[in-house]
Amino acid sequence: MSEPLRHLLDFQQVDRDQIDAILETTEVMAQVLERPVKRVPALQGFTVATLFYEDSTRTRLSFERAARAQSADVMAFSKGGTSVSKGESLRDTVATLDALQVDAYVVRHPAAGAPIQIAQWTKARVINAGDGRRAHPTQALLDAYSYRQATGRAFEDTRLVIVGDVAHSRVARSNAELWHKLGAQVVLCGPPTLLPPSLAALPGVKLEPNLQDALKGAHVVMALRIQQERLTSARLPSLAAYAAQYQLSEDRLALADDDVVVMHPGPMNRDVEIDGALADGPRSLVTRQVAAGVPVRMAVLYHLLVGKGSR
Amino acid sequence: MTTKATLLSAQELDRALTRIAHEIVESSKGADNLALVGVHTRGVPIAERLAAKIGAFESTTPPVGKLDITLYRDDLTEIALQPVVKRTEVDFDIAGMRLVLCDDVLYTGRTARAALDALIDMGRPAVIQYAVLIDRGHRELPIRADYVGKNVPTRQSEVVKVKLQEIDGVDEVILEERILDRDRGEK
Repeated sequence: MSEPLRHLLDFQQVDRDQIDAILETTEVMAQVLERPVKRVPALQGFTVATLFYEDSTRTRLSFERAARAQSADVMAFSKGGTSVSKGESLRDTVATLDALQVDAYVVRHPAAGAPIQIAQWTKARVINAGDGRRAHPTQALLDAYSYRQATGRAFEDTRLVIVGDVAHSRVARSNAELWHKLGAQVVLCGPPTLLPPSLAALPGVKLEPNLQDALKGAHVVMALRIQQERLTSARLPSLAAYAAQYQLSEDRLALADDDVVVMHPGPMNRDVEIDGALADGPRSLVTRQVAAGVPVRMAVLYHLLVGKGSR
Repeated sequence: MTTKATLLSAQELDRALTRIAHEIVESSKGADNLALVGVHTRGVPIAERLAAKIGAFESTTPPVGKLDITLYRDDLTEIALQPVVKRTEVDFDIAGMRLVLCDDVLYTGRTARAALDALIDMGRPAVIQYAVLIDRGHRELPIRADYVGKNVPTRQSEVVKVKLQEIDGVDEVILEERILDRDRGEK
């Protein structure tokens, strides 16, 4: 049995046993959420603070729900209205919340590494809910969980293809890290301008700019959201040009495994990175992914907070 | 750990369960509307055996559920570095049922307290009763069992170990003395 996790910042310090334990606990939490009383007392007396320096509704709400479903108290802090800047003031905010006896911080921040920094300042647990382009570990966990629940296929026999703006995607990075640890083959695919060679430094990851080649034998394909704000850059000339080459559709999946499934972290640009019919069709795990958000985050909070010496 | 005594042999354990099965049916006036719920880990085979025994002398075999109470414990920060949560499997509607909660050892009563909360969150049973193989005393909460295989006065330094065929490969109940680490060097 490995050491209990203190923080979930990315998957570098997390081992396979810890990942498996979180996925197992997620199943139990999903069961709790199906009951008439969707709440257990496991985190009674703990306080969870959501600290969001970047807009997000879904992730923040699902963390808050996950904390409350285990009877924790929740404090929500967002940058709205306050003149929050980086460095000292982030540190001051954390010091203030520490004084209010926060047990766990759920942090989203535009600066890569901000949650790591916070973990050094506080005695509380820290969960990274997305930092810059670096990591979004709970998204990757819920993707892996949804895939396993839907297909039952072993990760060791799985070829995962992630398609889109890989360069700017923390979802892609965390998934590549996690699925590699789980034993899957990981292929990153996208226009060469959005697929910098530096990504090949991620362990066990292959880069493939050609979509047809990437999809060969794939068991699961993740489409990443094309962020409209990137359109102005020279990296991505137009949505139409992107869709013509990289949009996922049933036809293009012909080269993949017969039972291939598709995923999308949301929010979707329908008919840009993914064909609308495919997203709504039987191969799509999108609804499952959304549903997995709360139980996965319940499991992560449970694993970080509960156990001997956690207070 | 050093073994001090055998509290129940395989045969005695089986007789105790047979007696409890009869007591349950007598108290419930039959096996209709009756269900057994075992607390993970060793409460589960106990519930299954009681159900099988009841089924052998009544017309119906009561359904058996499995209950994990980890998420309801009040000592989560004390019991283990990382308490493992197991699946709860109660595939029948407990509303209006006569439930018998089954466990191997009744000690502080904290497990039973947690189990009651977990059950009530699943619905509103008509009655919840409590069956244990061993009652070793030292209650910390106002809880008692309705059916007891054997009452065993113990010291807190002692450990009651229930072994069951389904999990441990053998049926027996033994009493052991816990050797504390700090005592070891002195002896």
